[in-house]
Amino acid sequence: MIEFQSVTKRFPDGTYAVEDFSLVVPSRKVTVFVGSSGAGKTTLLRMINRMVNPTSGKVLIDGEDVATLNPVLLRRKIGYVLQATGLLPHRRITDNIASVPRLNGVPKKKALQDALTLLDTVGLDQSLADRYPDQLSGGQQQRVGVARALASNPNILLMDEPFGAVDPIVRLELQEEVNRLQRELHKTMVFVTHNIDEAFAIADQVVILRSGGVVAQVGTPAEILSNPADDFVSTFIGADKGKRTLHLKPGKNDVTLIVDDEGRPAGILGDKK
Amino acid sequence: MEFFIAAFQWLTDPANYATDSGSPLPIQDRVSEHLWYTFISVLIATLMALPLGLYIGHTGRGRQFVIGFTGAMRALPTLGLLMALFLIVGATVPFTQAAFVASIIALVILAIPSILAGGYAGVESVDPQTVDSGRAMGMTEMQILLRIEIPLSLPLIIAGIRAATVQVIATAVIASYISLGGLGTIIASGIGLNDNERILGGAILVTAVALVVDGFLAILQRLVTRRGSSQAKPTTRNGRRRTPVPSALAEPAVKERKIHVHSKS
Amino acid sequence: MMKADPREFSGIKNEKFEMSWLFENFELVAELTLNHALLSFFPIFLGFAVSVPLGWVANRWLPLRSWIIAGGSILYTIPSLPLFVIMPYLLGTRITDEINIIVALTIYALAILLRTVADAFAAVPTDAIEASRAIGYSSWNRFWKVEFPLAGPVLLAGLRVVSASTIALVSVGAIIGSANLGYLFTNGKQRDFLEEILIGIGASFLIAIVFDIVIVLVGRLLMPWSRRSAVVAQGPKLSASRAA
Repeated sequence: MIEFQSVTKRFPDGTYAVEDFSLVVPSRKVTVFVGSSGAGKTTLLRMINRMVNPTSGKVLIDGEDVATLNPVLLRRKIGYVLQATGLLPHRRITDNIASVPRLNGVPKKKALQDALTLLDTVGLDQSLADRYPDQLSGGQQQRVGVARALASNPNILLMDEPFGAVDPIVRLELQEEVNRLQRELHKTMVFVTHNIDEAFAIADQVVILRSGGVVAQVGTPAEILSNPADDFVSTFIGADKGKRTLHLKPGKNDVTLIVDDEGRPAGILGDKK
Repeated sequence: MEFFIAAFQWLTDPANYATDSGSPLPIQDRVSEHLWYTFISVLIATLMALPLGLYIGHTGRGRQFVIGFTGAMRALPTLGLLMALFLIVGATVPFTQAAFVASIIALVILAIPSILAGGYAGVESVDPQTVDSGRAMGMTEMQILLRIEIPLSLPLIIAGIRAATVQVIATAVIASYISLGGLGTIIASGIGLNDNERILGGAILVTAVALVVDGFLAILQRLVTRRGSSQAKPTTRNGRRRTPVPSALAEPAVKERKIHVHSKS
Repeated sequence: MMKADPREFSGIKNEKFEMSWLFENFELVAELTLNHALLSFFPIFLGFAVSVPLGWVANRWLPLRSWIIAGGSILYTIPSLPLFVIMPYLLGTRITDEINIIVALTIYALAILLRTVADAFAAVPTDAIEASRAIGYSSWNRFWKVEFPLAGPVLLAGLRVVSASTIALVSVGAIIGSANLGYLFTNGKQRDFLEEILIGIGASFLIAIVFDIVIVLVGRLLMPWSRRSAVVAQGPKLSASRAA
């Protein structure tokens, strides 16, 4: 379990990234921080693995204040995926995936073996093992990034807008991968995005943030959709434009369309599973 | 033009390579002497300047100093430095060694800026996202330096050493005027004897040595260019374009393929 | 004439600096300085004037670019004294003619600048060029109004590098008899007179500083936006993660 206690981050030039932020991130669930740029979501994420230190307040992991832990060792126990992948360009894919286990002293052979297995886990073909990052597509690189984050079998997985740089179709595939991984592995995942649809697609708990890290609403996707806390949230999730209010409408060929307030189709009604 | 032919003949005349030919010949002795002085100077300068350059690049502290220092050094007249050091050193060290010590000190001083800039520029050129992800996975600062920054910086580091080496070779020629020995003595003796073949032959010889050494180091530079270093050819996968110009170009002291930090010598 | 006293150099600066020598020989030093400045000016100016069009052309035709830059690279590698010495044979001048030095230094200036200029023009955003072409600028217009101004800051920085390098190199010419500040170096060494050498170095720095200031001022005059673009060129830094 990760807990933020009255965390404030003030930058040297006087701006506040987050102010007096408190939240509990439940274990083994996916928590998504959503908000526009400057809402402080990445800052909060990076406080968990001490890439950023709070100006005041505490971040606790399973009751321990991260400030008291050795940052290097802490980071080796937390998986981190970023938008630019951050893969080492001069190392092969398997070497990249095996990075943290090797840092922890796992013998090279075993680490590379495990890396091959992880390629399967993230849905990549093992033929990519000996390639270099620049030989892979953006989506493939991101999967490698996830594999690398999973390599040391951490309990906590941090993902900072990991799918921002890939095209929408690949993005949807990757979201589905995240869901599948979570069903299999049950990590405590903290995910940052500015895309509310992405948040709804993968989150157990959604945290909507305004600028300065102020919490606008916390809840499951269902709770937020049913009950937006205020106008900011309504606007943010698109409820005010009628996108979230859907109706049934008969279509051709005995198909029932689901349309939004403006009459634009969003899908069709399927048989109940 | 006939001068050049005569000079070339002089260079290829085996008599000039015979071990009993009078000073400053034989040619091969002067060449090896010259290269030896170059090697020592560049080695010392590298040991001094490279760690400092890597440190400044990694931590970001002192970059203003690097830029200011290399800029100032560029304007330093090499002949003045040599002569000044010769007098200073000559006052405390016996004459026979004064030329050597003064010259080596001058050569080291002149080599330092390029190597410093190479180390600094090299580390700076590494994608900060890559460094960040290394730190986030739990690498220590030293591990980041050794496993990420240095391998990806090698081309620029070698470029800096290469620039320094060329400058040292050139300055050592001038140093022969304070009796250092080396290839400059051939030119000097040629001027003294009013022997055109010798003058031109010596000049061509030095030029050839400089070009060959530079060529070797250029090949080395290419060999150490790994994928993902700022010097690698842009990849075409995903149509990802690399701009040919690094952000440090605002200071040409810190150029991608050639370090022009030093004053030419 | 002062013999260098070993005691004076144990510290950073010696107390017994002889300024009287400078006052007595002021005319000589001034004359040498002036000549030195002139010998520096021509190569810098000529080098710049030739390299800008050449570099622009090099940037347009890529095969030519590698040839020009490789050529420049090789020329730059030629050591200075040998090049000064070879010049008379190439040009048919006498060895004491100062034209040798000017030509050689112009070659070096070109060698440095060609690379800088080609890079400077390469750094001009293609969007700006495309936009100007769409608006209807002719090539000539485009060069003067779009490419040259945008490449300006980098060109300026390259010019400053060449300026300092050239001024420092001129002194080597004293070995073959050129009347510049380098004379103070060789003469000072012969007469065992350190102050003379230091004054020569000081004067050389002075020229370099003056040239640099002039270049920067001219740059500011022609390109009022150049200050801002230098800041923008820094690029983003992940300051929060620097050795956290």
